[in-house]
Amino acid sequence: MSETLIKVENVSKKFCRSLKTSLWYGMKDLGSELIGRPHGGNGALRPGEFWAVDDVSFEVKRGECLGLIGRNGAGKSTLLRMLNGLIKPDRGRVTTRGRVGALIALGAGFNPLLTGKENVYVAGAVLGLKTKEIAGKYDEIVEFSELADFMDSPVQSYSSGMQVRLGFAVAAHTEPDILILDEVLAVGDMGFRTKCYNRVFELAKRSAVIFVSHQMSQVARLCPESLLLESGRLLRQDKTSLLVSDYEKQFPRAGSSWSIAEGVTLSSVTVNDIADQETIRINAGDPLVVKVTLTLPPGFRCLEASLSIHHPSLEIISHINSKQTGAALAVTGRECQIAIEVPSLTLGNGRKLLTLVLRDGDSSEILLWANAVWELQVESPYMVPAPVYHEARFSIGTSETLTVA
Amino acid sequence: MDELKTTVYTPESALRSPKRMLLGMFHDLWASRDLAWQLALRDVRAQYRQTALGLLWAFILPIANAGAWIFIQGSGIVTVQETALPYPVYVFTGTILWAIFMDAVNAPLQQTTAAKPMLAKINFPHEALVVSGIYQTLFNAGIKVGVLLAVVIPLGVIPGWGVLFFPFALLSLVLAGTVFGMLITPVGILYTDIGKGLPLLMQFFMYLTPVVFPIPADGIAATLFRLNPLTPLVTTARDVLTGFTPELIGSFLAVNIAVLGLGGLVWVIYRAAMPIVIERMSA
Repeated sequence: MSETLIKVENVSKKFCRSLKTSLWYGMKDLGSELIGRPHGGNGALRPGEFWAVDDVSFEVKRGECLGLIGRNGAGKSTLLRMLNGLIKPDRGRVTTRGRVGALIALGAGFNPLLTGKENVYVAGAVLGLKTKEIAGKYDEIVEFSELADFMDSPVQSYSSGMQVRLGFAVAAHTEPDILILDEVLAVGDMGFRTKCYNRVFELAKRSAVIFVSHQMSQVARLCPESLLLESGRLLRQDKTSLLVSDYEKQFPRAGSSWSIAEGVTLSSVTVNDIADQETIRINAGDPLVVKVTLTLPPGFRCLEASLSIHHPSLEIISHINSKQTGAALAVTGRECQIAIEVPSLTLGNGRKLLTLVLRDGDSSEILLWANAVWELQVESPYMVPAPVYHEARFSIGTSETLTVA
Repeated sequence: MDELKTTVYTPESALRSPKRMLLGMFHDLWASRDLAWQLALRDVRAQYRQTALGLLWAFILPIANAGAWIFIQGSGIVTVQETALPYPVYVFTGTILWAIFMDAVNAPLQQTTAAKPMLAKINFPHEALVVSGIYQTLFNAGIKVGVLLAVVIPLGVIPGWGVLFFPFALLSLVLAGTVFGMLITPVGILYTDIGKGLPLLMQFFMYLTPVVFPIPADGIAATLFRLNPLTPLVTTARDVLTGFTPELIGSFLAVNIAVLGLGGLVWVIYRAAMPIVIERMSA
């Protein structure tokens, strides 16, 4: 099973920024289509136009799953729309084999006044299912959506999550050769998301999948390889884990902030003995040492220190706290130095952000808050996009000889 | 395993490969039958579900329109020349037939505009929108004609055997409306001016068609009435329904042949235009 189902060759598409001009070009395109001229004029940009997709080529075979990553407006959706045959390329050639199914507009064709049941039939027909096929799959669809009790109520009484669930349930029961997924797995509650994932995995085995998401962990889970797009151009096709850090580099780092309580004087903060520098290069597995020197107002008995490591999106990856580890940081004089040592920083490859917080150990009042101030550029052999890894030992033997320490 | 269907998308105009286009047209028309039916079912159900008067809305407007003209004529504000039928019957059949024609004209643009969110994201045979519009027009036409018969038979109108021909006359009217509606749809999707200007244009056309006025005997108006391709369609439908011998049957057939030919051409245009129009919709 290695038939190529999607073949995209040097495909380009231009768009226009101004609505009036865009509509006028639409009229012109309409005219030239009807007199048999190729789409989009002579292939060059007209005034006000830009390349939304620029010379992109790739292939996907059955059983493969290709991720499509890039910032908003990088051309991902435009590319998908050409693949799906919704719009014509201005240059190049798209070849698809088999039935194309798109999990894009979930619940397309729903009418809010009609019941869930009636809408299942409409949405199924929109996705190319015959009435008979829908009738055959109806029970499965309802079971998948977990909305059996609501099928006779009008869809307008559903919550938005319920509507999306019903839409997904219908779409997930088409049997496409080519499956296009655009930001759809982020729907519903946690339980339903897991279900969607499993369903997509199942469909993916039999089809060629193109997956668009801004959640890198999702892309990495589903797609071993991805394309990275920037302003319509294909930067490169590579292992997803390698592309993720390139993609993250396209964003300016999240804003950082310092706040220091009144009366506290900060003398210095160093990260791995580097002061006054906000970008720290570090190898995975190396130690991380943060030292803070400060002068406190009188009256403090003990402190509480914590370090958090964030993903560039500020999502928290790990957190350590002196109170939780049972370390009592007793204050001996007004001037004190606090050291936080992580013996081995087991982080995955790429950019991470570091936050340091010091509190009064008794009142938990914040004394120093260095929010996402340091950027850790982690060089890690662990190319998986998982943010952390663990040191581990693997062994093999028989039940007699195997020893686990 | 079956040989998979290969689809190729290039910038080339679809008109460059006429054979492939024709095959695609009929393939899609056939493939769209379930979808067209489901969409029609959806819209008809939804249309009447949130109303208290329900199906009454299908004929309230033409009845009101007819009532207005009967009043205008009866009170002598406007004197309409003698009609072979009693004037109320004449005007009532006229407004009902015109309402059916207008439904057919409006349907393609309305259906396509309403389906914008779907069109922008999902690939489905676009013929389904037009066919679904025809189904809905026919459904509403059925109600209208039922009411029409219920009103005119007590008024002493006896439809003769000619009534068996009425379905064809009705279909011709719907087909002509649909073809015209389809023709304006691609540009109408791009520019809303079309949708706004259409009622104006159609009202003008109504007065050039024997809907509320009979065909004038002479003068420039008579020529315009005679040249109007809708005249034989409306007249024939009215004649066969009310037991008269269709006097314009010759031009009725000629208009039908022209509409069928034009219909094929308009279908090609609609099909070629859709990807271009979709490109200019928001995704």
